[in-house]
Amino acid sequence: MTFSLTYPFTEEQVIPLTAGTMVTLDGLVFTGRDRLHKFLHDGGKSPVNLRDGAIYHCGPVVIGDERRWHVVAAGPTTSSREEPYMAAIIERHGVRVIIGKGGMGAATREACQKFGCVYLQAVGGAAVAIAQCITAVRGVHFLQEFGATEAMWELNVKGFEAVVTMDAFGRSLHDEVADASRQELDKLLGREK
Amino acid sequence: MSELWTQTLLELIRRTSCDLPTDVEQALRKSLEAETSDTARATLTAMLENVALARDREAPICQDTGTPTFSWHIPRGADAMALEKQARTAIAEATRRGWLRRNTLEALSGKSQDDNVAEGTPVCHFVQEDREDVVVWLLQKGGGSENVSTQYSLPDASLNAGRDLEGVRACLLDAVWKAQGHGCAPGVLGVCVGSDRAGGFTVAKEQLLRPLDDRAAEPELAVLEERVLRDANKLGIGPMGLSGATTLLGVKIAARPRVPASFFVTVAYMCWACRRRGVRAQTDGKMIEFLG
Repeated sequence: MTFSLTYPFTEEQVIPLTAGTMVTLDGLVFTGRDRLHKFLHDGGKSPVNLRDGAIYHCGPVVIGDERRWHVVAAGPTTSSREEPYMAAIIERHGVRVIIGKGGMGAATREACQKFGCVYLQAVGGAAVAIAQCITAVRGVHFLQEFGATEAMWELNVKGFEAVVTMDAFGRSLHDEVADASRQELDKLLGREK
Repeated sequence: MSELWTQTLLELIRRTSCDLPTDVEQALRKSLEAETSDTARATLTAMLENVALARDREAPICQDTGTPTFSWHIPRGADAMALEKQARTAIAEATRRGWLRRNTLEALSGKSQDDNVAEGTPVCHFVQEDREDVVVWLLQKGGGSENVSTQYSLPDASLNAGRDLEGVRACLLDAVWKAQGHGCAPGVLGVCVGSDRAGGFTVAKEQLLRPLDDRAAEPELAVLEERVLRDANKLGIGPMGLSGATTLLGVKIAARPRVPASFFVTVAYMCWACRRRGVRAQTDGKMIEFLG
């Protein structure tokens, strides 16, 4: 069963989603990675309204120029690097959806629960397939300051597939897999309690 | 600049970035058969679809086109400086064509070096050999997998790992556990036992150029490779860390001499998009055959 999410990603759409649910996204997403997260966390002003929006942890391969941008490849980057910043950004900006890979830590999980946000995992490395879902580049911010890879791209997507791995109920599939695999590791290394 | 070298190296970069080696693709296909959960199957299916699309559209398999690392095997008398210049020219052109991301930043300012050419970038390692032709391999390893690569110094009391094969095994399984899905599992481990800290990473990365179906020449390392692969796949981390039967696609171990005081185990974790291709060429750059 796949759930369809459409921008703006309202509380009503997002909160009921439980970990393990497959979703497809339609509408607007904003890319952001290390530079943008630090900037917003440190009090920088967002050039766009992020309320009920989605931040996509991604540094795309983009060719072309202001007249016509073309996204060639746009898979997710590792989200855990944004862990020091994410919770504050969710709280301050009302971000409703985070898309990335690898999951995030306790602070983000708690912020998802408290402010009604979900974390979606896209398939790492599936960069061309995801780029096919981008129907338009609506704009770009911080291109000069951060460079093309770290810039904030405004993308229209259609049918962008992902899995809910951290829900608004405080459940994280990443934590569950880490715990279960830890037990297997202990067995393999002969250090069972 | 030699036009022949530019053409040969551009084609090497295109193949490496946009066309996953056949053995890796087959390993992904095989692991799809082993998976039972919907998420693991959907994840592997998406990877395989992406591989086909990337090949078809001549687009980078992954947007993180990595640290391009050229391993050159050159005859005596070949001009390494000229070849390195050729590599820099080809990298800049491949970036313009969208086969590589603008992936090079000044370390402190974070300013983008838009053509991917800078001090020490791309990386070029040269080995002179008794040969007539040139063989050059290119490895594109992304930052996510580089970030989970690691180095242990044995003995390690926290892992109960001593200076023996059991100790090495404990390090490797610990590294795979710590990586979870962050390095884009199912991954490949390139491993160096011994050497010094710097040499350990160089040798570990070189192991990633080996085909998935080969085995270490030393029998005890070949046994360890198989054992760690089997054990790692019991961890249940699975494709992209969302649980499943496929956590690693391969383990490649080499041993190198060390000083008595040190016993390093160095792990280069490679993501599923294990991008490695080679080419054999004449010294003037005329392509003889593509490898890998």
